Amino acid sequence: MGRPLRNRLALPLGFAFLIVAMLIGALVGPVHIGVGDVLRAIGAHIFGLRSPLHGASDAIVWELRLPRVVLGVIVGGTLAAAGAAYQGVFRNPLADPYLLGAAAGAGLGATLAVAYIPSSAPQRDLLPLAAFAGASVAVVAAYALGSSTGSVSASASLVLAGVTIAAFFTAMQTFVQQQHLDTIQEVYSWLLGRLATAGWREVVIVLPYALLSWVVIILHRRYLDVLAVGDEEAAALGVNVRRVRLLVVAAATIGTAAAVAVSGLIAFVGIIVPHTIRLLVGGSYRLLLPLSIVVGGGFLVLADVLARTIVSPGELPIGVVTAFFGAPFFAVVLRTSRRYG
Amino acid sequence: MLHRLLATVVAACTLLLLAGPAPSASPRRIVSLSPTATESLFAIGAGSQVVAVDDQSDYPKNAPRTKLSGFTPNVEAIAAYKPDLVVVSGNSGGVVDGLKKLNIRVLLQPAAGNLTGAYAQIRQLGAVTGHSRAAAKVVANMKARIARTLARTPKRSSLTVYHELTPDYYSATSKTFIGRIYSLFGLRNIADAADTTASHYPQLSAEYILASNPSVIVLADGRCCGQSASTVSARPGWKNIAAVRNRAIVRVDDSVASRWGPRVVDFVRAVSAALKWVDR
Repeated sequence: MGRPLRNRLALPLGFAFLIVAMLIGALVGPVHIGVGDVLRAIGAHIFGLRSPLHGASDAIVWELRLPRVVLGVIVGGTLAAAGAAYQGVFRNPLADPYLLGAAAGAGLGATLAVAYIPSSAPQRDLLPLAAFAGASVAVVAAYALGSSTGSVSASASLVLAGVTIAAFFTAMQTFVQQQHLDTIQEVYSWLLGRLATAGWREVVIVLPYALLSWVVIILHRRYLDVLAVGDEEAAALGVNVRRVRLLVVAAATIGTAAAVAVSGLIAFVGIIVPHTIRLLVGGSYRLLLPLSIVVGGGFLVLADVLARTIVSPGELPIGVVTAFFGAPFFAVVLRTSRRYG
Repeated sequence: MLHRLLATVVAACTLLLLAGPAPSASPRRIVSLSPTATESLFAIGAGSQVVAVDDQSDYPKNAPRTKLSGFTPNVEAIAAYKPDLVVVSGNSGGVVDGLKKLNIRVLLQPAAGNLTGAYAQIRQLGAVTGHSRAAAKVVANMKARIARTLARTPKRSSLTVYHELTPDYYSATSKTFIGRIYSLFGLRNIADAADTTASHYPQLSAEYILASNPSVIVLADGRCCGQSASTVSARPGWKNIAAVRNRAIVRVDDSVASRWGPRVVDFVRAVSAALKWVDR
């Protein structure tokens, strides 16, 4: 009976991992600031006291590092939970948060905003909104196309619809970019990951959507376990398969779109994290979904620590770090899942 | 130093790729796919021989801008202008070989590494287009104006500069063309220490920029990405930087900061002006 004990310990251990990751994230950076000073400065800001640090050091801790850590938790947790949810509703271990075209849609939205809103106009602040809208439009289009086939294997046609929409949106993005060559640089630096320039503003923007997405996904965790046996079997057990799939996809998409809007495209988090958890504690969504949020958050914070320390004082795009560790890991997951075959 | 200079000259000479009919006369139908070359051609008085320039050649305003692309060049579209000389800054898509096959003369002028290389390219354009004397005059004029600006700017040791290429803190080290200009002013470039991968264009972390506390910030992402003194001041934590406090932030037109033509003088002057704001 190892599993129940392991399962009871899983969530506390997950939280411990998250807290350690956040501490490392707050303490490590290209600029050395003492452990005590960092912790006291954070405490002082939270409780409205005088910070022991001054000027640039205080700004580095409170305005640069901490929002980056908090944003990493929110974005990592959202992407991991969205990935796990997609894998559940589509019964496809390769599903990731961008499966239904969210990435391509966000890319098109951002490109259109960069190309057609003058760079000095105040409306440029709407860029995250444009990415959010693009991601949502792409997923809605994919969902509409996929479910219009009326076929029995609705999940397979949804995935195909996602691929189709993504290809179409990517083509449009490339076309617009070719017409506005000067936008390429801004669009790519925007898409490649924005944690490097994040502040509290981004945290405030993304938090409501992330929370909404987490709550809806977690409320559906038991249905996802039932869906795992198949659409028809789940329907026979009294689950409204269509409704559950729509709600979970909508929640995961809102979370993903908000994450993309503030942090760009971050690869592999939505795949690595849920699969690691499955290997460690099994596949039940009751545990998998909350754990994905906690562990995904910690994972992205650690990846971001690497992004800003490996070539310090330079930066690596965070997507490079997650994919560099994600790709080999994914190879292992593939081998193991074939063994389960 | 001397052998680098020599190498630049040799490279510049070998880059003159001659093909087809011998250049008996000066070219009368020039196509420029290099915005820098376009500026130089007009500066040395060869503008009337230019029949088409690429979509990025936005200076001078009277250059015959077309939809031709220097990044994704189409040999057929270029040939349609019946050029007798095509100037390019790179060989993307094998454009040089493609044009040679059509017996069109091609001049490849890649990004200059320093001012010496930039001057050599202007002189070369002069020689090829029959404006040698005017080109020499342009170069002499540039040298004189840069020297004057440098002389007017008080030499201050221990000043640092942050050159911003993108709003996510990509920068350029002293090894780049633009970086060498900062060296003329004796400025220390904060990107140098961050170039761990020797790319010459490292991405800096915001933490590092804050801790380096640059005396001057030069924005080369004003046009592309809407950055300005006010957007920089509004970034989280940046008000602690000396350059932000002293308003020693200068916005240089993106194209001026990314080309190595005659307008480099404008860039030198902009940097000089920004230095006046340091420690008011």
